[in-house]
Formats: sequence, structure tokens, C-alpha cells
Amino acid sequence: MRPGFIERTIATFLTAAEYTAGAETMAASKGALQRVDPRVKVAGLLGLIVAAALSRRLETIASLFAVAILLALASGVSPVRLLRWVWWPALLFTGAIALPAVFLTPGNPAFSLGPLTATHQGIRSALFLIARAETAVTYSALLAFTTPWPWAMKALRTLGCPAALVAILGMTFRYIFVILGTAAEMFESRQSRTVGRLEGPERRRMASAAAGALMEKSLQLSSEVHLAMQSRGYRGEVHILHDFRMSASDWLWLAGFVTLTGMAIWGGRG
Amino acid sequence: MNQPVFELVGVRYAYESHSALNEISLSIAAGTRVALLGPNGSGKSTLLKLLDALYFPNTGSLRFRGEPITAEHFADDNFAMDFRRRVGLVFQNPDVQLFNPTVFDEVAFAPLQLRWPKDEIRRRVHEALDAMEILHLSDRPPHRLSGGEKKRVALASVLILDPEVLLLDEPTAALDPSSQSQIIDLLIGWGEGNKTVITATHDLGLVEDIADYCFILQRGQIAAEGDPAILLRDQALLERANLIHAHRHKHASGKTHSHPHTHPHSHE
Repeated sequence: MRPGFIERTIATFLTAAEYTAGAETMAASKGALQRVDPRVKVAGLLGLIVAAALSRRLETIASLFAVAILLALASGVSPVRLLRWVWWPALLFTGAIALPAVFLTPGNPAFSLGPLTATHQGIRSALFLIARAETAVTYSALLAFTTPWPWAMKALRTLGCPAALVAILGMTFRYIFVILGTAAEMFESRQSRTVGRLEGPERRRMASAAAGALMEKSLQLSSEVHLAMQSRGYRGEVHILHDFRMSASDWLWLAGFVTLTGMAIWGGRG
Repeated sequence: MNQPVFELVGVRYAYESHSALNEISLSIAAGTRVALLGPNGSGKSTLLKLLDALYFPNTGSLRFRGEPITAEHFADDNFAMDFRRRVGLVFQNPDVQLFNPTVFDEVAFAPLQLRWPKDEIRRRVHEALDAMEILHLSDRPPHRLSGGEKKRVALASVLILDPEVLLLDEPTAALDPSSQSQIIDLLIGWGEGNKTVITATHDLGLVEDIADYCFILQRGQIAAEGDPAILLRDQALLERANLIHAHRHKHASGKTHSHPHTHPHSHE
């Protein structure tokens, strides 16, 4: 029987679990960004994302995107992997939002597709949206691919993120795949007991019942995980073995990030 | 008799409207190996969580080494940290206990929370992994290990603190026979008889190996307690507590009949 929308979605997320394992391996390797203090990396890459979002010039955003590619190459993150994991999904997502703007934004006509007319202003708006999104997700992906998850969490704490938020982020990352595995098993088990194709209302009823059961299981799991953490001394604060120490090269990186962000904000003015 | 490590008097605990433990009174002497026997839903896991101060009694009193265990006492960091160092719980499902990115980080988690010096943590993690024969898994993500390996990591993550009391919830559940016997051997050898080990199980085949004393729980109450060698011979008691059951089966002679059976392995 052909899998339904929910089964396909869960299978896609489970494939993402494999990607995550690859990302963890990359984060543990010895590239340029991997050597940078996580606090510098979080603050620096966030600054560049803000600069890309504020920029009103496509050239500036394109330059920031080029810098992101250079950083990826220096950190052993392959552009092919970025294309498959980051650029292509982001293009699909933002493209779906940007495409109507090409035709709906009032302005000078650029070309026509049947009854639809694209405008120069519409194309420019769409390009801005896509360029900003691609640049932002590339920097976010670089942070994820070059920083072990607990280090990123600790860096967020030292930069002032609330402990509860950081703890929730950490747990979400660890257990989302456990929950997805449970969901996949639930749907497989249902499939093994289903003959023929169910009617729409029946399928929707079963999907909502499964969602309820999954919600219950995930609440149970999160409660048990929290107890297991408490049992080993967790009191709401994240402690990790690695101590962050700013080296001379970290200060250089910080200076580089600040300079680049400043230049991008200045150069991106309209 | 040794000083009690845990003393419970008239303890009740309920999950919202569902009562899990009813009027439990018991005393566990330091250095004894205790089994909490009972079928699913008899309250074993809840009792272990109370002993680990993850839940607190609704009514009744719970004392550890004479100190009352209450939410108010646990608001004090020093008290809570001291208790966590002295009492360790290994959960039934290792997946809930393994939430760190690598095996090394997992085993280092508890001493880090207890603010041990980092050099000592590195040394002790190395020793704990070596003792569990999982040093080669040090850099692996725990959620990608086999069931037996996960259990060893979960045990290492608690034993690194060298607690005086070890609480175990179904330690051999869902393990293959070889992993089961490795875990049992390890538990028998741990602490050289000086530690208190409290194991919740419904695996009758395990009890005489790991316990000198046992409590049989039934519907949230203690149905019986005493020497495992004596209690395990009481067929009527075991049947009443749903620890054994009768079912029809065929012998080699071709004769089919039914009589009570124990299950010397867990049912997960």
C-alpha cells in the first residue's frame, strides 16, 4: 500500500536523523570554525545573520553569502552537502512564498507568463527574500555543523539565554528522533493491520487518534527524562566538561566578525 | 541489625486520581540486597522513584539515614546534592537515561552536576567505562548503541558516583540472555557486599542471585516480605501476587495439562 502523507513526513524526519549524525561528526572534526570558541561563533554568526537581514543591497547580501561559502570550505563543510541539506530546502520554502510576489507586486512589467505579468519590483522583492533566507540558513547551518550541540547550548547560556529555554532546546534535539521513531512504528503497526485503502474521514480520524496517543507518549517520555536528569543531580543549570577559554585566535575571530558585520551593515544601507 | 538506610511509615502515593502506593511501611537495612517483586502495575517503579526522592509521599513519612525526605528538604542545594551522590537510580528504559551526545559525556553528567573537579571527572569516567568494558564506546552517541550496551552505559553513568545505595528498575528487561547474565554478574560483584542494592523486578529467576531479602508488592501494598528462598517456594503467595500463572501445555509424553509456571525472564 502506498504510504500516506503522515508516513512520508515521518520517514523524511527519520532520514534527517541520519543527517544529524553526519553533522555531529563534522562538528567534532578540525576545521577553521570548529576551532573557534563557541561563544564567539554564536555571537559572530548571529551578527552576520542580522547584517544580512538588515541589508537593502543585493550585492552586500551576495558578499555575505560568499563569505559563508568560504567559511564552509575552510571548515570542511562541503557545498554539496549544504546544497542538499540547506540551500535546496530553503529555496523551496522561501520560493513558495516569494513566487506570488513576483507577479503581485505593482511596478514596471518585466515579462509575461500567460495572463500573469512579472514586475521588476516583484522580482527584486523575491530575490531579496530568497537571498536573505539562504544567507541566514547557511550561517545557522555552519553553527550547527561546526559546534557540538552541548557546546552551543552552553554558549547560549553564557550569552544570556534563560536556562529553561536552553534545557528545552537541548531535550528537543535529543528526543525528537526517539518520538519520530515511535510515530513511525505506530503507523507501521496500523498499516500491518489495515487492508485496502481507507476513506478520507476514516484516515483523518485515525491520524488524529495517533497524534493524541503520540502526544501522550511524548509527555510521558519527557517527564521520565526530566526525572532521570534530576536523579543524577540536575538542578536546572547546564554543566559540561569543556571549559571555554578565549585564545588569541578567538579574539582575532571576534574582531573579524565585528568588522565584517559592521562593514555589511554600513555597506547594506539603501 | 544495621542502621536502616530507608524507613517508610504509612506512605501513600497517587498519580492524580490513580493510587499507586497504599500504606507502605518498610525498613531497609544498610548493606542489604533487596528485591522488590511484583507484577506490572504493582507499584515497584513508583516505590523506587520515591526512594530516589523523585516523588515525595502524599501522606506518611520517608526517611533516608534518619533524615526526612521531603520537597522542602530538597529545596536546599547542599542536601539535594549530598543525597544524589549517595543514592543512584538506574531506570528501566535506558533511552530516558541517555540524553548526552557521547557515552563519555553521559557518564560525566552526574559528577558534573555535583561540581566535582574536572580532572577527577575525566579520570573517573575513564575508570568507570573501563570497569564496564565499554571504553571503546567512549565517543559514540548513546542512542545508537545496542540494548545491552545502553544498559552498561546507564549503569556506568550511575556507578561513577560510587553511591552507597543503588536502585535498579528491571535491570535485565529487554536484554538478550548473554547481556542479562553480564549485567547480573556485574551487580553481584559490585560493592563487594558493602552497598545497599534495591532491585525492582518481576523476574523470579533473578531474585535469589541478587537479593538477601525481598518484598512482594501487590496493587500498591506489601503482600509479603522475607527471605527470598522461603517466599519463592510459596506457590499460593506467588500465584496470588500474579508472579506465576497456570497455562495448558504439552509434555513429550503427549500428555496435556496445566500447573503454575514461573517465568525466569522478563516480559517487555
